[in-house]
Amino acid sequence: MVEKSIDISSKRDRTNSARAPRRAIELIGASKTYRSGSIEFEALRGIDLTIDVGEYVAIMGPSGSGKSTIMNILGCLDTLTTGEYRLGGDDVDDLDEIDLAAIRNEQIGFVFQQFNLMPSLSAWRNVEVPLMYARVPKDDRKVRAERALERVGLGDRLNNRPGELSGGQQQRVAVARALVSEPTIILADEPTGNLDSVSTMDVLALFDELHEAGRTIVLITHELEVAQRARRIVWVRDGEIQRDEVNAA
Amino acid sequence: MNWSETLRISWAAVRSHGLRSILTVLGILIGIAAVILTVGLGLGTQKDVSAQISSLGSNLLIVSPGSSTSTTGIRGGFGTSSTLTLADSQALATSVSTPDIKGVAAEKTTPLALTANGTNWTTSVTGVTSSWLSVRARTLSSGSFITAANDTNSSAVVVLGSQTATQLFGSQNVVGQIVTINSKSFTVIGVLASVGSNSSSNLDDVAIVPMSTAANELIGGASSASVSTVYIEAKSAAQLSAAYQEADSLLLNLHGISNSANADFTISSQDALVSTATSVYRTLTVLLTGIAGLSLLVGGIGVMNIMLVSVTERTKEIGLRKALGAPPWAIRRQFLIEAAILGLSGGLLGALLGVVAAMALPGIIGSSVVISPGAVGLSIGVAIAIGVTFGVYPATRAAKLAPIDALRTE
Ligand SMILES: Nc1ncnc2c1ncn2[C@@H]1O[C@H](COP(=O)(O)OP(=O)(O)OP(=O)(O)O)[C@@H](O)[C@H]1O
Ligand SMILES: [Mg+2]
Repeated sequence: MVEKSIDISSKRDRTNSARAPRRAIELIGASKTYRSGSIEFEALRGIDLTIDVGEYVAIMGPSGSGKSTIMNILGCLDTLTTGEYRLGGDDVDDLDEIDLAAIRNEQIGFVFQQFNLMPSLSAWRNVEVPLMYARVPKDDRKVRAERALERVGLGDRLNNRPGELSGGQQQRVAVARALVSEPTIILADEPTGNLDSVSTMDVLALFDELHEAGRTIVLITHELEVAQRARRIVWVRDGEIQRDEVNAA
Repeated sequence: MNWSETLRISWAAVRSHGLRSILTVLGILIGIAAVILTVGLGLGTQKDVSAQISSLGSNLLIVSPGSSTSTTGIRGGFGTSSTLTLADSQALATSVSTPDIKGVAAEKTTPLALTANGTNWTTSVTGVTSSWLSVRARTLSSGSFITAANDTNSSAVVVLGSQTATQLFGSQNVVGQIVTINSKSFTVIGVLASVGSNSSSNLDDVAIVPMSTAANELIGGASSASVSTVYIEAKSAAQLSAAYQEADSLLLNLHGISNSANADFTISSQDALVSTATSVYRTLTVLLTGIAGLSLLVGGIGVMNIMLVSVTERTKEIGLRKALGAPPWAIRRQFLIEAAILGLSGGLLGALLGVVAAMALPGIIGSSVVISPGAVGLSIGVAIAIGVTFGVYPATRAAKLAPIDALRTE
């Protein structure tokens, strides 16, 4: 039953592909059930979500509604229980860890609420990590890491460790790390959750720039002012999409 | 992510927990040093013992009184009975049935006090025949040796070991001096050249007198004709076993024994002594090395323990690296190298400690320690192997962590 509907939708996609914009992300009937012992919890209940290349989408919803779960699926950090996830038109459900690692490395840039920088590494060393796993030569890596840090306004903080930077600066290092490998998609889970209003504006300005440059951005947030920077807002509640609207503002 | 990159990350991880890493390394270090030292000591002792046995002379057979129970290897009354006589020794030297024997030297030894100019010194007084010097492959540093005439006349002459001369007179220049043994005066006619003191019975501390003098004047008693050892020199190494057969059958014949199982003497060759001694020391070495090896095993378990702690502690970092695109093999490699670094450090430091101890030890315990570069290299290799082997499980565990679970831990 489910498979049939997937078939139909994929056929429709192909016929429309000439005119429609390219698809960056497609969730089809996506469900995620967490199991801890005998207790099951359905965090996602059959979500359909399509995001085109170059879109800037905010996901909003109350705590526990399943936002981070969606993000983990989109970032190939976790897998669906049922349903289908296509990234750039390709099904990723059957890929092994090595292929998924390559996808995370090349196509996705993460920005986390907790920054998740490595405390013992300097700013540029943190930023070069994705390039290391992409086997970029050493000299290239340093140049590209520096360029990414300059782009987020931290050209003078290359050698500082995270502990020597403010929260806002740390999150900008994290953004530099997310964009250094030129991924097509930036996934940010409450990137401004730990920042004051000035730093929030800095980071959001960076996202605006990235959006202008054609990146696909998915941003999770609690705050309406933050969500309103996006062009489209998806409202999630109890593991279902409640509303999906173009942002008027 | 190439090897040098991984090395840098792993090294940083090892350094960031300095004390913990040092303690882990200590386990390996002690094990490696212990192995190097026990193997070195074992080899050194084997070398000492075979040098000591070889210093008796070359192509030698040694006849001792008493029987040896060859089946169990336990020697009943070995060396204590008086079944070997001067006549045996003379027969061995002169019989036509012993063509492969070049020389025979009998020894009759007893510890006695020597006095010279009021100085006392106790040493093993040894009665010998004139052939002793060549059979035992010794030389004189001054004077002359006991002659056949001395033996026939029971002359009161003595040849001193170099150390004995020094102890009694304070110099080596003692030919013509008088030494009192058992209140009899002996003239010193020669001094033996030193052969070093790598022996349990010090070869440089002896007083050599004519056999007849020893038998008649010094040792005497009922066993005056008995000797403690007869040394037989074969004409060549190839003739050693022929000489053995000849000596054996001649002595059995002389003693009227038909069944060689009842022999009242024992003939051993240097080779047999060397191989017995070395096999004893080899067994001991293997045993001690085994114990030292156990400490290496414990060190390896220490590495595993610390690596498991390290993986648990850095679960979040592992999750982050996976989110940034690290494939499982890169994570596994990172932790394996970390374990290998611990092993290598332990190996290098342990080898250093082992070699230093091996150089210091001979001065303290007087036994030589043989350190071969091969053994040191091997033990460093073993240390790395231990690090890697015990690192495999923690590293695989790290590589298998689900990215999202790892990232979610705090
Ligand atoms: N590993 C897990 N095991 C069991 N339940 C889980 C697990 N992860 C999440 N959940 C549950 O799934 C639901 C959705 O979680 P999720 O983290 O997606 O919420 P969220 O929308 O991101 O919330 P918040 O805004 O607080 O971050 C929650 O009820 C949560 O308790
Ligand atoms: Mg969340």
